[in-house]
Amino acid sequence: MLDSFFIAWKYIGYNKAKTATLVACITLISFLPVALQLLLNESERQLMSRAVSTPLVVGAKGSALDLVMNTIYFGDQVPELITMAASARVGDTELALPIPLYVRFRARGNPVVGTTLDYFHFRGLKIQKGRQLALLGDCVLGATVAEALDLNPGGSLVSSPETLFDLAGVYPLKMKVVGVLEKSHTSDDLAVFVDIKTTWVIQGLGHGHKDVTRLKDPTLVLKRSKSNVAATAKLYHFTEITQSNMNDFHFHGNLEGYPITAVIALPYDEKSGTILRGRYLSEKETEQIIRPADVIEGLLQNIFRIKNVLDAVISVVVLATVMAIILVFALSIRLRQREIKTIFKLGCSRLTIVRLVAAEILTIVMASGVLCAGMVFLVNLFANDLVRMLFIR
Amino acid sequence: MIRIDSLIFHYPYGEFRLEIPEFTVAHGEKVAVIGPSGSGKTTLLNLIAGIMTPFRGIVRVQKRQVSELGDRERRNFRITTVGFVFQDFELLDYLDVLDNILHPYRITGALKLDKSVKRRAALLAEEMGIGDKLKRMADDLSHGEKQRAAICRALLPQPELILADEATGNLDPDNKNRIMDLLFRSIEAHEATLLAVTHDHELLNRFDRVIDFQDFGC
Repeated sequence: MLDSFFIAWKYIGYNKAKTATLVACITLISFLPVALQLLLNESERQLMSRAVSTPLVVGAKGSALDLVMNTIYFGDQVPELITMAASARVGDTELALPIPLYVRFRARGNPVVGTTLDYFHFRGLKIQKGRQLALLGDCVLGATVAEALDLNPGGSLVSSPETLFDLAGVYPLKMKVVGVLEKSHTSDDLAVFVDIKTTWVIQGLGHGHKDVTRLKDPTLVLKRSKSNVAATAKLYHFTEITQSNMNDFHFHGNLEGYPITAVIALPYDEKSGTILRGRYLSEKETEQIIRPADVIEGLLQNIFRIKNVLDAVISVVVLATVMAIILVFALSIRLRQREIKTIFKLGCSRLTIVRLVAAEILTIVMASGVLCAGMVFLVNLFANDLVRMLFIR
Repeated sequence: MIRIDSLIFHYPYGEFRLEIPEFTVAHGEKVAVIGPSGSGKTTLLNLIAGIMTPFRGIVRVQKRQVSELGDRERRNFRITTVGFVFQDFELLDYLDVLDNILHPYRITGALKLDKSVKRRAALLAEEMGIGDKLKRMADDLSHGEKQRAAICRALLPQPELILADEATGNLDPDNKNRIMDLLFRSIEAHEATLLAVTHDHELLNRFDRVIDFQDFGC
């Protein structure tokens, strides 16, 4: 039998293009359904585990899916904004602990998550290096972000402008990296955490500049009265919060009117959760309260429905490919008729010829199996990130 | 070495019919078979080798009655007793010269491939003047070199009988004479018997005996 494999090995090595095509076909048709199932399982696990651990989310009425994806997985799609008053409203009910979230901005491609320290306790996130958020302008990095950007406490990270040509809008803010979180294998690994006020500074709602009442340069002052000084556009705004300029940062107006994307509500018990949900049932209500698990379950049902269609399509493709492969082998045997005749004349049996062809098929199938296993291993290794890339972002 | 008595062969369909009342070849003899195309020369080689079985009559090689052997025994007989040399060489493109020479050992359990066989293959190739081309692919050889490799393949199992079917049919005159010299020398060295089908009358005087198929009325 070893000699059959030797001859088969020589044959497939000589016909490299044919072998490569066959191996690629068999690898792909075996890899596709396995990889798809693997990614779906991982997506179900990731989506559900995080959704189940987040009891309630309050946000603006609109797409519940966008709200959940943004709040739980820090997805790109920013839902309609609500104000900090929504957080206070949840807190005032004394039915749940509110955790405000403002997930709108990005820093080098990673979501900047503005929140409070309660979020870290709620998710059980621990600091691996450095310290927790304490001052305006501080940021704590998820483990993957720190690794990818090669950042450590003491480093800095600049927020990205929302649009390149938004000259009057959001200016980049240089944030100070004060800590790195332990790996949690969740979306938190891919986020940049800041205090919610820092996100308002990024947005330009809070800003820092020299005290305008002490300005002597007349070109910096547009209008001066007893109670108010209006500065010109020439006035320099700080793009970094440091010890020396921290006191010059301020927020105009009432903070309760400042924007956030959602509030995670952590009911003190099941009954409180039910009562709280009842408070948002009015038709005049501009906010909605949702159970993320319900939304994700609906999403998964849709994904599985699509998967069923894909399974059917893949089955047809597999059948067509298998038939094509059988045809290739049949044609190959026909092309080798002369060789078969010769070895038959030399003294070998028909069984030997069957063994030679079987060894060839087995070698190709085994090579495809190894390749497929390697690819499945890679998909499994990067399933976490792939799922985020394919289903969450 | 070979004895055929009252042989009749015909295909189930068609008009071809081969009748040989008596045919003998002695051990060590070198016999040429000539005759017009379609007269049954190749069929005769196939009957002697046990590839085909006669409708009637006896084919005996050494002391074995080939026509009475079973399928498996005929295969074993063929691979151990008969060496084939074909007109089109029939080397495998995807094997190098050495692996082509060793090919009969890899396709049957009747021959055992070991280091001594590999050594003998290299020596045989050296004798045939292709010792430096053992690692070359069969496709890269000239026609003359291909036929030398094919002769090595036929001689390596040390068969008692060599059946050559138009062995020089695809060679130029220079190569034809050189290949025949090598074939005859090797056969004499291995004390084998040669039965060669040929259309080339220039080669006939090299053989001990010439059998014309027209004598059988074919």
